[in-house]
Amino acid sequence: MREFEYQRAFDVAGAVALLGADPDTRFLGGGTNLVDLMKSGVERPARLVDIRELPLDEIQSAPDGSLRIGATVTNGDLAAHPEVRRRFPALAQAVLAGASGQLRNMATVGGNLLQRTRCGYFTDVTQPCNKRVPGTGCPAIEGEHHNHAILGASGHCVAVHPSDMAVALAAFDAVVHFATADGPGEVPLADFYLPVGDTPHRETVLPAGALITGITLPPAPVAAHSRYRKIRERASYAFAIGSLAAALDVQDGVVRDARLALGAVASRPWRAAAAERVLIGAPADAETYVAAADAELAAARPLPHNGYKVDLVRNLVVAVLTELAEEAAR
Amino acid sequence: MRKKLLMASSASSVITLKINGEKYTLPVDHRTTLLDALRERLALTGTKKGCDQGQCGACTVLLDGRRAVSCLQLAVAAEGREITTIEGVADGDRLHPVQQAFLDLDGFQCGYCTPGQICSAIGMIEEHAAGWPSAVTEDVRPEAGPPALTVEEIRERMSGNLCRCGAYVSIVEAVARAAEVCVDDETVSSVAGAKGAAA
Repeated sequence: MREFEYQRAFDVAGAVALLGADPDTRFLGGGTNLVDLMKSGVERPARLVDIRELPLDEIQSAPDGSLRIGATVTNGDLAAHPEVRRRFPALAQAVLAGASGQLRNMATVGGNLLQRTRCGYFTDVTQPCNKRVPGTGCPAIEGEHHNHAILGASGHCVAVHPSDMAVALAAFDAVVHFATADGPGEVPLADFYLPVGDTPHRETVLPAGALITGITLPPAPVAAHSRYRKIRERASYAFAIGSLAAALDVQDGVVRDARLALGAVASRPWRAAAAERVLIGAPADAETYVAAADAELAAARPLPHNGYKVDLVRNLVVAVLTELAEEAAR
Repeated sequence: MRKKLLMASSASSVITLKINGEKYTLPVDHRTTLLDALRERLALTGTKKGCDQGQCGACTVLLDGRRAVSCLQLAVAAEGREITTIEGVADGDRLHPVQQAFLDLDGFQCGYCTPGQICSAIGMIEEHAAGWPSAVTEDVRPEAGPPALTVEEIRERMSGNLCRCGAYVSIVEAVARAAEVCVDDETVSSVAGAKGAAA
């Protein structure tokens, strides 16, 4: 590991000032991804600015019904929070489906949004990787890609975003807040992650030197009836091969509102807007759910070894929507 | 030579760690993990190194009363926190109820993962007592109340600790027994509920 300087920040302005515009400096939150990547040589910062003691560890309900989640709230505290569990149960479930109890107590919300793909070529510095070293190629396209993207990928990168939490946030129209030396800013999560294109090394719209300060979840009554379902290759403590955050409002047998986002299918949490358009106003039945899934999957471009994800996602959408509708009818 | 020394100083710090109620002051290279500081610098070798990449749980300790993996925790970033290792969980000669249950119910074979299993179980029992749901909790809404600590719940909540001997059946029994004892004798505090509180 490269030697590095270490500094602790105690307020947001101080943290941003310490980072400056130095591309060799990283903010350190829980460190569960960054320290691991530093050990493997993927990340080689010359300086760390520790932000764990910033006053950003609160979850607050606003008078308008929105929920503000600070960037240094740990995954453990987020999933345990009564308002999250009551109003956005799929978010609590998504966080609980990720990592282990130990890692959830360390990992923070801001870092979760910025965690890097677990693509085996990205994490192995002896391999080419366009995301890690632009222009070197993507061995995954011809190689090991059974857990890679079926939506929104490009000929330059087919890696998937690893976060469970971000999938639920995408379904619920979260807004990301950040601070820069020029002042605060915000961007909807829907616009936070950049398309892959020919620049897979550029992952978010976050300005250089910016610090994520928190997330706002706008009021969403439909979210109170929501669910996160994660499919993985072992029962616990593994990354998804496909996941779904869904919320459904059914009245008199008709879908009034629906929110869907998919995980482990793209370089970012994938809001299933095409599926939602099919669902809203349609009869709440299996035919509609299949049509909704197929509308979203029409854009799928699976690789030779990940075509199973198309069927997996279709089944996942139908199963979870069926369950949510049945519960609503009780 | 002088230049080299100056460069080295910016890559290291003298820190004070609070471990099991005692203060230890030592110079550390910033690259040092808490795990390596414990084992290689402070002779606290009860905490074990397994994978060294946050995947096995052998290095689990308690930070401010919460379980965490010490292999991904930089020592310099642990300054100011209450660190509890396996050496500090007993009350003098009286074993912690989780330690006692692992002994009574053979919750191990070779013993290498055991310190991490025990520290993880102590943190997990606190989390459960504070009402935290898990990935197998049927209804996570607070109105549903805390889930019973069933075998399924224990297996899910302890999934961050691997046991290559495969002593899982006895580990689950030991954790279940220990959780009952902890609740009965009020070993369980409200650490998980009171954020940032010391153990």
